[in-house]
Amino acid sequence: MKPKVVQYLEEGEFPLAEEEALRLYRAMRRARFFDEKALTLQRQGRLGVYAPFMGQEAAQVGVALALEAKDWVVPSYRESALLLARGLPIHTLILYWRAHPAGWRFPEGVRAVNPYIPIATQIPQAVGLALAGRYRGENWVVATSIGDGGTSEGDFHEGLNFAAVFGAPVVFLVQNNGYAISVPRSKQMRVDYIARRAEGYGMPGVVVDGNDAFAVYLEAKKAVERARKGEGPTLLEALTYRLAPHTTSDDPSRYRSKEEEEAWRAKDPILRLRKALEGRGLWDEEAERALLLELEEEFQRELALADEAPEPRPEEIVEHVYKEMGPDQKRAWEALRRGLHVEEVG
Amino acid sequence: MRVLNMVQAINEALDLALARDERVLVFGEDVGRLGGVFRVTEGLQAKYGEGRVFDTPLAESGILGLAIGLAMGGMRPVAEIQFAGFLYPALDQILSHLGRWRHRSRGRVGLPVVVRAPYGGGVHTPEQHADSPEALLAHTPGVKVVIPSSPDRAKGLLLSAIEDEDPVFFLEAIKLYRGARAEVPEGYYTLPLGKARVLKEGKAATLIGYGGMVEVMLEAAEVARKEGVEVMVVDLETLVPLDEETLLEAVRETGRAIVVYEAMRTGGFGAEIAARIAEGAIDYLQAPVLRVAGYDAPYPPFSAIEHLYRPNARRVLAALRKALTY
Ligand SMILES: Cc1ncc(C[n+]2csc(CCOP(=O)(O)OP(=O)(O)O)c2C)c(N)n1
Repeated sequence: MKPKVVQYLEEGEFPLAEEEALRLYRAMRRARFFDEKALTLQRQGRLGVYAPFMGQEAAQVGVALALEAKDWVVPSYRESALLLARGLPIHTLILYWRAHPAGWRFPEGVRAVNPYIPIATQIPQAVGLALAGRYRGENWVVATSIGDGGTSEGDFHEGLNFAAVFGAPVVFLVQNNGYAISVPRSKQMRVDYIARRAEGYGMPGVVVDGNDAFAVYLEAKKAVERARKGEGPTLLEALTYRLAPHTTSDDPSRYRSKEEEEAWRAKDPILRLRKALEGRGLWDEEAERALLLELEEEFQRELALADEAPEPRPEEIVEHVYKEMGPDQKRAWEALRRGLHVEEVG
Repeated sequence: MRVLNMVQAINEALDLALARDERVLVFGEDVGRLGGVFRVTEGLQAKYGEGRVFDTPLAESGILGLAIGLAMGGMRPVAEIQFAGFLYPALDQILSHLGRWRHRSRGRVGLPVVVRAPYGGGVHTPEQHADSPEALLAHTPGVKVVIPSSPDRAKGLLLSAIEDEDPVFFLEAIKLYRGARAEVPEGYYTLPLGKARVLKEGKAATLIGYGGMVEVMLEAAEVARKEGVEVMVVDLETLVPLDEETLLEAVRETGRAIVVYEAMRTGGFGAEIAARIAEGAIDYLQAPVLRVAGYDAPYPPFSAIEHLYRPNARRVLAALRKALTY
């Protein structure tokens, strides 16, 4: 039996309070705005290689907004929207994608850990972080995120099994965007829905239309609630699509068709939500224009902040490797500070 | 003072750490009810409950990942990997994360994780149970590597490792678990990480090693002494951070250095020691730095030829002769 794909927008339903729906929309639109700006900055050589998330805003923002301030997110590399919706300042995110050391240190108040490049390693760590919250009596929930390709890694399986065994308060978001770089889901696995695997670990698995912000948000809320009540983890599979390349170095025309992309463009999660809001008289052209102006101002302000970050000092290379520098770091630190290589110093 | 073996001394350290700090957790495969395959964690679950001392599913990457997450959340995990040769499935967590987090978060997230693992040969274990992967670990920036050679040292060093704000690998020579006995002070005490020890003074040559090789070096030194040759013996104890000062001082005094380690020879930690000596004490050397190590082959399982792979006093003495007659 095929699992049911949870949807609201398709059916013309409006299951949220108006303020909540608007909050979702604003956060998604803001994330998209960032993504577009980031692609431009990258083309101008003002950002390093960047992984766009365009098309996946509903999945990421839907989960982020389902969390409370004390909860944690443990993201993968495509989760800039998740991080923004969690409150990571834009200038920090820009510096992160510039690989500037100042962007690697997330502010203390933001309960998000740096995105991961090695795939799936975050999954068992998220379980540990969730258990730590239980030990400390803080009852925080951890949302962690991975792509469809990433679910093939061993750590995904180890992490889900651990979470189920320990009843850890974790929400596993799989953003099934159909591709792992160029490899389509059909060549990645022989199951139709990744959420089906949940049963094999002993946890609920839910499939949502990942371009339906209401569906993601409401199912994520249920999963967070379940976790908070001590009922354990949930695997949430969001069916979605990345409209942009895998990264700014990728050429998707080599592995997918224009028609496919167009078909998904029509299901753009932002347009769909906007239509629903407009249908209720909650949004219009004017509101959109005002929001975009606001976002532009915010972005320019934040970009200026990022641009003002001082150049990294050479000796930063060996700082923070250990709490206290060991003799080998100290030697290198002294040399780098004096503009020398360690070999020159002896 | 009581005489304890290594298993008892480490057990005592874990007990004291659990009692002293609520954040300390002990977990791994079979460490709970069974008390670990070497009984190092015996009695701890009964005393501290399944919340603090618990069995995990059989998944090393999962164990390391769990430890990392727990530490991020403010706990102080002490994970056991059943044998150091089974660290390999977890190397991704170690190389990609455990050693990097403080640096990649620019100091925001430190991971006070301790990973204990038995290593080394001499007791006829099955395949891959005798591996000595310390060089792999030492090659990982951001982690510390500690290898005690006696019960009294093990206790104090482990308590330091648990107090340390950085991740520490604590490798325990299987051969020493019940083979090494020593007077172990009662109560809580710590010994500094990052210090090498001169165990024996001598002017003829310097033997340098750690963990299970220390007793081998001492045995060789004793034989040499009877033949009228006094050698210095250095126990490195901590490989990272390395106490280069003590090491170089010890070599400068004798002008001859022999490094002993039971991992395979190529790229082993002994190669690092030789390089440091070449960089820092070459003017004092009267002979090439020699290595006595495992061969460049997998450690032989169970076998009757194990003793040929694992360095012993005879091989150390042969190297000593070579250095003295160079
Ligand atoms: C362990 C590991 N192997 C390979 C890579 C290289 N890599 C980066 S992204 C990617 C595809 C991931 O696809 P998926 O999990 O579906 O996520 P998506 O990029 O679609 O969001 C690969 C192979 C990596 N980052 N980490």
